[in-house]
Amino acid sequence: MSGGRTAPAIEARELVKTYGGKVRALDGLSFTVEAGAVFALLGPNGAGKSTTIKILNTLSRPDSGSALVAGFDVLKEPERVRRAIGCVAQKSGVDPEATGRENLTLQGRIHGLRGQTLKSHVDELLNRFRLTEAADLVARTYSGGMQRKLDIAMGLIHRPRVLFLDEPTTGLDPEARAGLWDDISRLANEDGITVLLTTHYLEEADQLARRLAIVDRGKLVVEGSPDQLKGELLGDAIHIEFASAEAESNVRGALNLLDGLSEIVVDGHTLHARAAQGATAVPGMLAALESNALKVASVKVARPSLDDVYLHYTGRTFSEADQANQKGAR
Amino acid sequence: MTFFTHSLFMAQRLLRNLLRQPWWIVISLVQPILWLLLYGQLFKRVVELPGFNADSYISFVTPGVVIMSSLFAGGWNGMGVIMDMNQGVMDRLLVLPMNRAAIITGRILSMSVVSVVQSLILITLGYATGARFAGGIVGVIVLFICGMLLAAPFAALSIALALLVRKPESVIGASNFILMPLMFLSPILMAKNVMPDWIRSVSRFNPVNWSVEAAREALGEHTDWNFVLLRIGCLLAFAAISAALATRAFRAYQRSA
Repeated sequence: MSGGRTAPAIEARELVKTYGGKVRALDGLSFTVEAGAVFALLGPNGAGKSTTIKILNTLSRPDSGSALVAGFDVLKEPERVRRAIGCVAQKSGVDPEATGRENLTLQGRIHGLRGQTLKSHVDELLNRFRLTEAADLVARTYSGGMQRKLDIAMGLIHRPRVLFLDEPTTGLDPEARAGLWDDISRLANEDGITVLLTTHYLEEADQLARRLAIVDRGKLVVEGSPDQLKGELLGDAIHIEFASAEAESNVRGALNLLDGLSEIVVDGHTLHARAAQGATAVPGMLAALESNALKVASVKVARPSLDDVYLHYTGRTFSEADQANQKGAR
Repeated sequence: MTFFTHSLFMAQRLLRNLLRQPWWIVISLVQPILWLLLYGQLFKRVVELPGFNADSYISFVTPGVVIMSSLFAGGWNGMGVIMDMNQGVMDRLLVLPMNRAAIITGRILSMSVVSVVQSLILITLGYATGARFAGGIVGVIVLFICGMLLAAPFAALSIALALLVRKPESVIGASNFILMPLMFLSPILMAKNVMPDWIRSVSRFNPVNWSVEAAREALGEHTDWNFVLLRIGCLLAFAAISAALATRAFRAYQRSA
């Protein structure tokens, strides 16, 4: 086997993919994932995250560009890539009419595991994901969280080197989500598996990823560790909510004479801005808004978050982009 | 090698899932029996038509119903593929080091097992209600082979359709639209001699006709084996074309991912 410790686990180069000749899902996306860590692709719906995963796990082919996974070329050696990776798709791949144990056993068999080895892998994973009790019930009867766990266990049956998790916690309740986060962290920290995770939850990327790449409209916007990205933003984020939606020009006009404000964005009811010292900038801002008859409902000053990072690099808030991109999400 | 083992894994999975559905078992066993009893009663006296050339209608219609249930067992296979696609099971299989063809052949294999069980029940029931076959056990085996050789290509076509249209409604519509006419444009229920000329002409190009004619010939007295083998050859050719189409549909499905 090639691809030792130091070689990157995933290398995507200039990936381009269009659907139906119109929708440009990927527009020259490149990134590198080092081995043995959780790497998050963060972006709103329709940013191209799932398309990226589908190309890397050989389900789909790019129009142009190339990629290496675990040292193998996804286009030239798809079979070897498939042996080295585990996948958990956004849509569950659990057979609902089969039991948890049967689902795991089938995955193992197709990976060439047999007899005692297969059985011990299955038992170990059932145990690890706390599914032993439900092992012989058909998966149709599982809760959403249990199905997700079974999904992840199925991706791990052959002890892959790289695990793809496409939106693993979407649709789960907060408790199940927190439990899954622990499981995912352990995969990288204890088992040394490289995890490529896509998510449109900012806090999920913040919590889990050693490094993350923000993807928007099929392009890489910025890449780095969560702390590094937040640290690059100077100063505090100021969010002011108005009592009613205000025109951007009015707001900008009101703040025109104030010093030390940057990155002013108006998004419906809310004004986002940045200042070196949030607390000292706020009184002046409020006074200026008040004198222009702009009614303020609430004010928040915060240390930079990933949301601010996204705003800084793309010029729109994450939730705004998420909604705007719902259409054509893949 | 992986082609065979993976086909078996797939077939095993599908059969096990079917056995977990008691209603499915009841319906799939009772329905062909119902056809046999209903047709056997309803058309009992058509043997009296001049030129029908059969001893009893039950002897005539039993192999017909066997072929008919094989046709339907095969022709509805696409629905299972649709379910697998909707559940995400299909994509899950495709990211595994899975033999691609086995995804289809495993399904055809499990369908064949179901179809053989149905056929055995039908033959037994037919015999119990008075059907007699001069061709004996060899004739019955040929009947089963003819059933398989009809079910498999229709299964492949149905799967191909499912991979291309990906909507359950479309698969249901197309299956009904195609399977029922093919059944009535063949001598499953009615002897060829008493059919209208145009149906007789059309039926020459109908695989259902090849299958049922070969089976009846093998089950009768003084079997003309050339007659049987020619039709089996046609069925094999049809199966090869269907397999090629299903493979192409599968590639198209993967390309569109």
